[in-house]
Amino acid sequence: MSESAYNFAYLDEQTKRMIRRAILKGLAIPGYQVPFASREMPMPYGWGTGGVQVSAAVLTPEDTFKVIDQGADDTTNAVSIRTFFERTADVETTTETSAASVIQTRHRIPEEPLTEDQILVYQVPIPEPLRFLEPRESETRKMHSLEEYGLMHVKLYEDISRHGHIATSYAYPVKVEGRYVMDPSPIPKFDNPKLGQMAAVQLFGAGREQRIYALPPYTDVVSLDFDDHPFEASKADQVCGLCGAEDSYLDEVIIDDQGGRLFCCSDTDYCTSRRAAGHQGPAFPGSEVAA
Amino acid sequence: MDAQTLGGGFTEPAIQSAHAFRSVMEVMARPGTIQDISGAEPPSPLSRAAGCILLTLCDADTPVYLAGETDTAEIRAWIAFHTGAPLMGPSHAMFAVGTWEALAPLSAYQIGTSEYPDRSATLIVESSSLDGEATLKGPGIKDQASLNLPELAAFQANQAKFPLGLDFYFTCGDQLAALPRSTEVS
Repeated sequence: MSESAYNFAYLDEQTKRMIRRAILKGLAIPGYQVPFASREMPMPYGWGTGGVQVSAAVLTPEDTFKVIDQGADDTTNAVSIRTFFERTADVETTTETSAASVIQTRHRIPEEPLTEDQILVYQVPIPEPLRFLEPRESETRKMHSLEEYGLMHVKLYEDISRHGHIATSYAYPVKVEGRYVMDPSPIPKFDNPKLGQMAAVQLFGAGREQRIYALPPYTDVVSLDFDDHPFEASKADQVCGLCGAEDSYLDEVIIDDQGGRLFCCSDTDYCTSRRAAGHQGPAFPGSEVAA
Repeated sequence: MDAQTLGGGFTEPAIQSAHAFRSVMEVMARPGTIQDISGAEPPSPLSRAAGCILLTLCDADTPVYLAGETDTAEIRAWIAFHTGAPLMGPSHAMFAVGTWEALAPLSAYQIGTSEYPDRSATLIVESSSLDGEATLKGPGIKDQASLNLPELAAFQANQAKFPLGLDFYFTCGDQLAALPRSTEVS
């Protein structure tokens, strides 16, 4: 059910060339935000237009495409983007992490380690890590060029003075190859350690903000911290109620009117494949749900 | 216009440029890896790999500099017909193509500004061989990689300017490799 009235992967060729040139400069300067002429897409800004444009520039008809929204394959955003490329780029789609060659993600990195044959495309709402500290683009650009990142440490320090620890729990700033401070998109800081030395190519697209940036494979990515308050990749101190995983990032779900709650893997494919392999969590149907 | 000018382009531009871009991205993301790339048949002495890069990345927005022997009437006409890219001198070019000797001096090209380091030229170096002894380290490389480089000093000086600098593709027949400014060579 390919939409033959559109060009392959929806975008016109000149737009794809412009995005492709931005991706290549992004890979050559890891962590630097390359401006690009973001197009209007058939979905509103904030629904992954940056990621969709990067995916459109990267996909070939032989690719197998997976989309996750906060780890889940079956939410509205993930389903609609997957269908969009099924129809416009004629690609195979999958929900299986290991079977995908291109994975577009909103705010998670899959639990299963990615390989050299895979590309991870992030949807980014606000690419500028300094934006909430300095609203002027002219100033943040100057701060990046001068490597003037003191303000970011002040923000983390203010966290400590107010909460006793670094309370930033998502979109946790990182430094790439000792040069650029980068916003890893609003992934939970649990995922931050996976950014560095990853085998796959990581591309970041921000449609409304018109920026593309990239991490080549095996790049050094360090989460900002202090010697006496080292970075900690945190998660809920529970196991997955469905598959019993102790090492995955968990969502907390309210399941009834009595305040009953369930912790389960945010990565639905990881959870499903663990259950298929026979793993069971404490809340598996038949057993009592921990209240 | 003759058949050589009109021919030699992508027969299925959307699909072939998507495939070509993946090869181009792969070599840029993993410096030192060599990929085969095909689809373009540019007039000689332009290699097929260099022709593919030009067809995939160049258009009316990207001034191209033809260095040395690549600056022929046939190649000018081929690029004009297939990409529409304006041909300009090294100081205005976003892409330049030619042998290492013809592309010199590197100081002629744009290396970007500290606020916009992406506004820098990409050089396509026509080479006789890509396998070589130069050792590469940096982003995109697990431990180390190797590549044939025409010299070391120029690439070390280019890397020292990071985040400014030039990015290089090396082409040889159907083969393609790349060296971004972030790579340390020795």
